[in-house]
Amino acid sequence: MIALILKRLVATAFVMAFVAFFVFGLLHLAPGDPAAVIAGDIATKEDIERIRATLGLDLPFHTQFLNWLGAIMQGDLGTSIFSGRPVSELILQRVEPTLALTTTTILLSVVVAIPLGIAAAWRAGSWIDRTMMGFAVLGFSVPVFVFAYLLIMVFAAQLKLVPVMGYVSPFKDLGGFLRAIALPTVALGVTYVALIARITRASMLEAINQDYIRTAHAKGLGIVPILFRHALRNASVPIVTTVGIGIALLIGGVVVTESVFAIPGLGRLTADSILRRDYPIVQGVILIFSGIYVLINLTIDIIYILVDPRIRY
Amino acid sequence: MDQQRLIDVRDLRVQFPVEGGVVKAVDGVSWHIDRGETLAIVGESGSGKSVSALSLLRLTELGGGRIVSGEIEFRRKSGAVVDMVQQPLPVLRDIRGNEISMIFQEPMTSLNPVFTIGFQIVEAIRLHQGKSRREADELALEMLNLVRMPEAEKRLDEYPHQLSGGMRQRAMIAMSLACRPALLIADEPTTALDVTIQAQILDLIKTLQREIGMAVLFITHDMGVVAEMADRVVVMYRGEKVEEGPVEEIFHAPQHPYTKALLDAVPRLGAMRGQPLPMKFPNLEYGRDASEPATAAKPAADAAPRPADAGPLLEVDGLVTRFPVGGGLLGKPKAAIHAVENISFSLGVGETLALVGESGCGKSTTARTILRLQEPTRGRVVFGGRDITKLGRGAMESVRRQMQMIFQDPFASLNPRLSVADLIGEPLRIHNLASGKALQDRVADLLRRVGLGPEHARRYPHEFSGGQRQRICIARALALNPNLIVADEAVSALDVSIQAQIVNLMLDLQAEFGISYLFVSHDLAVVERISHRVAVMYLGQIVELGPRAAVFEDPRHPYTRKLMSAVPVADPRQRRTDLRLMTDEIPSPLKPWGFEPETLPLEEVSPGHFVMPH
Repeated sequence: MIALILKRLVATAFVMAFVAFFVFGLLHLAPGDPAAVIAGDIATKEDIERIRATLGLDLPFHTQFLNWLGAIMQGDLGTSIFSGRPVSELILQRVEPTLALTTTTILLSVVVAIPLGIAAAWRAGSWIDRTMMGFAVLGFSVPVFVFAYLLIMVFAAQLKLVPVMGYVSPFKDLGGFLRAIALPTVALGVTYVALIARITRASMLEAINQDYIRTAHAKGLGIVPILFRHALRNASVPIVTTVGIGIALLIGGVVVTESVFAIPGLGRLTADSILRRDYPIVQGVILIFSGIYVLINLTIDIIYILVDPRIRY
Repeated sequence: MDQQRLIDVRDLRVQFPVEGGVVKAVDGVSWHIDRGETLAIVGESGSGKSVSALSLLRLTELGGGRIVSGEIEFRRKSGAVVDMVQQPLPVLRDIRGNEISMIFQEPMTSLNPVFTIGFQIVEAIRLHQGKSRREADELALEMLNLVRMPEAEKRLDEYPHQLSGGMRQRAMIAMSLACRPALLIADEPTTALDVTIQAQILDLIKTLQREIGMAVLFITHDMGVVAEMADRVVVMYRGEKVEEGPVEEIFHAPQHPYTKALLDAVPRLGAMRGQPLPMKFPNLEYGRDASEPATAAKPAADAAPRPADAGPLLEVDGLVTRFPVGGGLLGKPKAAIHAVENISFSLGVGETLALVGESGCGKSTTARTILRLQEPTRGRVVFGGRDITKLGRGAMESVRRQMQMIFQDPFASLNPRLSVADLIGEPLRIHNLASGKALQDRVADLLRRVGLGPEHARRYPHEFSGGQRQRICIARALALNPNLIVADEAVSALDVSIQAQIVNLMLDLQAEFGISYLFVSHDLAVVERISHRVAVMYLGQIVELGPRAAVFEDPRHPYTRKLMSAVPVADPRQRRTDLRLMTDEIPSPLKPWGFEPETLPLEEVSPGHFVMPH
């Protein structure tokens, strides 16, 4: 089992190396000269050459790549060409709210959805099941912004339980963070609760109809150990996969949403940097995102190995 | 209730709601079991035998079944007599796995794949006996030793998929006996196992029954197993009890016509003594579906006397098939499964050669390699005088028209979304041999040949019974007028009466069209009926090959003998009394990469009868 996990880790390292090379190469192939952009419209040819030399952009491609890779290994993602501030600092500033919201949303979804899905599967066809699945359809079909405004109207504007908007870092004020994050979490989470509950139901329904569940009944086990011990563990592979995909979608989706609504988050940072040809930031952001995705996949793989002995061939 | 009585079932009725009505799975059945007694309930699929068994523990409710009336009185360990039908769930749970235990047909799917064997046994012990973790661990090991599990200590930490089928069933038995139940319900416990393993498990159950002093309710369709195990027998047919009596009477003086028909349909090893040619089953009339054809009605052409001078249709020469195991993208494989190891035989026109052996012996791989559904590692397959092992895709396609295959599971091998007409017509359309009206006529003709009607063409597979589906599979195989049909366990999944009908149909078709069959099977009694010649396979090799009569009446290889002696005899008077508690299993065919086994040439012991030196 350890060997299998090590194998996965090595594979992950290869994937990351490939991603790094790809990110670096792609941006260099893109048209446009960052040195010219920084120098501005009135700069002379010599000015541009000087800037290029300072930034190391005149070196051969492979030297640039190796220098960059070496720096990354030490946690240095480079300096923004445009603002002159370290890339890691810029990203960190913007990444905290994004990751915080993703985490709370996924936690809420899992805690709510899995018991709901199990209950629906256990009583398939009953009113519990039908109510659950009706809710799931609603969760899929009501757009997040509609639901979000409804929540704000009720809980923030009328009941005044939580602030209407804004973000508070959990490291500064945990209570404030929880109040601020509650509505966005619920608004974003509804879709994922619906998704995960549906998958849990389908997967549990399959497990419940297996022979070993009949054996568990014949042993004299009660319904709780049968559902949560015998069935859930067998049903867990698709559920874990869905949760993983959910996390990836959430992070990716946040970038797009931010760009569209001009929210100064990580997404906005990326879009601005692309327009300014601020290579180091773009590289840093893509690298961080790829890293998170690869990490999620690695975690899912390892969970598979832990829950299902048959995968540990 | 009589002091000796353990369980008394009276007028039990179990129904399953279906669209627009109910299915009466069990319809007013009564029987009883005394302490330490073995009752066998025997019947074919749909007879209600399994539902009766599940009803004792009220497990039918899991599948939506409802006990609508009747009593199931059970004497508990405390001496109290309770009616299981009326008990609330907590009482039932206290009895389940503790006073009444159950083992099931499929040992693979009946054990939870994500927990170790040890965990699953310990769980049952701790649930009912309030033992500490350590005491339970000790008892689990003791139970595994009791069921003669090889290397018991190691097995505690293993998962079900790491165990062979026989060992899984041993683990299942260990789990169900851990609380020393008064009654063990065994629902087809050996049906999915090889005969030699079956013999081991049956011996084990008998021994443990004596050691623990429990009663056994044995559910089976196999009359051989009934004769081997039961004290008394209940025969069920379509939800009703048609006959009940001591095992001797049921076998030697059956009263009800269904019991008689059932006994007649049982293929009995040795029934063909002195008969050189294949022979049809007699008396298959009782209880046929109205739509099932009366194959037995025309006793003509019992068997095709094989044309003596016809050359071989198929010659297999030194065939080897191995599956590499391990090794990555670039690395060399670490090992190989030696599925087929240097096999040679020939098959004549209009002849049936049976490949028999236990699971993992390579018989199915041999069949698949001959059709090149699996590429051989080396060796030659000559079909109709032409070496087909090196043929390209196109040429192979035209050869495949001549060779068709029928599979074990008629449910899985028919696409549920295609109509019967599409299924049977597909080979014809693929090879551009017929279309439009001509295709329709051909399909109707094929349906008639296999005993179905043209009106069946527009229906879908789920509308047919298992036997009818296998007929559809045969019609599909016949569509291209093949010379060779490879039947891979083609009748193994069917009830005995249906099995007999399909065997008869295959014999009729052989007589009519001169088809050659390569009949792959683990069932020696069926093989004895249908084949001209027999090849016994063990660990990828043919250990004995010869005319059927010679191999069955004078088996020379020790493995052939072992195989034959393991088949339960459908006669309680010939019951084996020496319980040999064997635990030996077939060795692994997994060998290090590059390993070349020594293969000895077969020796001829009598004309056409070859045996591997041993």
